[in-house]
Amino acid sequence: MIRLLALRELRSLFSMPSTWFALAALQFILAWFFLAMLEAFLAVQPQLAQLANPPGVTSTVAAPLFNTAALLLMMLTPMFTMRLIAEERRNQTFSLLLSSPLAGWQIVLGKFFGLLGFLTLLVSGIPLMLYTLALGTALDHGLLLANVIGLLLLTASFVALGLYVSALTTQPAIAAVGTLATLVGLWLADIAAASAESPWHTLSPLHHFQSFNAGLLDSGDAAFFVLFSATFLLLAVRRIHNNRLYG
Amino acid sequence: MSAATPDITLTARNLSRHFGGRQVIHGISLELGRGEVLGLLGHNGAGKSTTLQMLTGCLLPNGAENNECSIEICGIDLLRHPAQAKARIGYLPEMPPLYRELNVDDYLIFAARLRGMKPAAVTEALAQTKQRCGLESVGKKIIGTLSKGYQQRVGIAQAIIHQPAVIVLDEPTVGLDPAQIREIRALIRELGDAHSVILSTHLLGEVESMCDRVEIMREGKLIYGGTIAAMAGHGGENGNFSLEDNYIRITEMEL
Repeated sequence: MIRLLALRELRSLFSMPSTWFALAALQFILAWFFLAMLEAFLAVQPQLAQLANPPGVTSTVAAPLFNTAALLLMMLTPMFTMRLIAEERRNQTFSLLLSSPLAGWQIVLGKFFGLLGFLTLLVSGIPLMLYTLALGTALDHGLLLANVIGLLLLTASFVALGLYVSALTTQPAIAAVGTLATLVGLWLADIAAASAESPWHTLSPLHHFQSFNAGLLDSGDAAFFVLFSATFLLLAVRRIHNNRLYG
Repeated sequence: MSAATPDITLTARNLSRHFGGRQVIHGISLELGRGEVLGLLGHNGAGKSTTLQMLTGCLLPNGAENNECSIEICGIDLLRHPAQAKARIGYLPEMPPLYRELNVDDYLIFAARLRGMKPAAVTEALAQTKQRCGLESVGKKIIGTLSKGYQQRVGIAQAIIHQPAVIVLDEPTVGLDPAQIREIRALIRELGDAHSVILSTHLLGEVESMCDRVEIMREGKLIYGGTIAAMAGHGGENGNFSLEDNYIRITEMEL
């Protein structure tokens, strides 16, 4: 059932022109950024070679690219999550799901994995682009893997938050603005907090992405993403149950 | 499961519902047999849609936790075992629940699988349902591009594709032209032979041409229940009231 809902979500996404446009635009921006970073690296490579322990191409090109992708996803995810439940409510298709033999958690997980699958496809161009470098040089596979895992976990947390906000309203636009405001708010609070012990750092998903970005597989950060996603998914399940209670 | 006879497909007992402080439904009880078409009649705002939402599990009735009410579909408690009970319901809400960006075939297959049909059985059910609802020619069309009449038919098709025991239709003919209304009425009559159908409407002609039995709602209460013939003869010592006169008299009677 979860797979059925996820596949329906994907089918609907791919039948809309805006999805293809977003795919193309994001690919274009990331490719542009990738080539710019590569050009900068090639320009400074002679100087880097004189250092005792020079940073390689993976940490000078791949890490910033993943960081940019994380920021872009923060802006882009709300545009996709807004439709998840709010639009189903507005188009009355939600009553099809509610009158079907589905539990609330199945609806939530189906939508969650459907969109997560799509966004995974959206960012899968990044490692592919980076692996073209393997034709000419050796890559740091560990750093790439840590970044890929980190980006997926980060996306999952964005989707979970967006799904919950979408479950709160019937207006997709409000869901988008609400999710975007929350994500950007957490991010700004994180970069504005000067002290290293500030609680804002622990709350911000992008802060927890930094260790993955540097190539560290920190179980604490991974646990944060899992908890963050699980919390909002549970809240969304609750909200759907309340939908049945309060109409 | 209780030992309900298989011929009673839907039993609802003492359903009530309030939104905020406003009581919308006051203790409604309904029963529906196999092969029966029940019309739920009432003015706008009488609580027809809310009742149907409760019967399909989209809305929980108040007092469900402490056993004040119950809904049984083919003897299965909808509130205790929602998954099993809901697989036996087909529901068309007021606005057909259509994913406008999908094509008709994909949408109907999704609806069938959603109700737990096996993939192998879906192909045949799809062909049969499309034939019944007159959708053969539009299978590959995107739902959003179809006319209102076709969209309504797709809405009915998703409610019957999984051969449910109980079919719940909320104003199935609203917004259709007279020729389409006639087709849909014939379809509903046909469905009523093998399934139980409950439909809401505020049109008397609809009830007269399709239903075996009628329940009239007013302000969240059932105020009259009986067969069409009984309603036509209601209060008729002098015997010359039309169905419409009787409907007006019933709904405007002092409670």
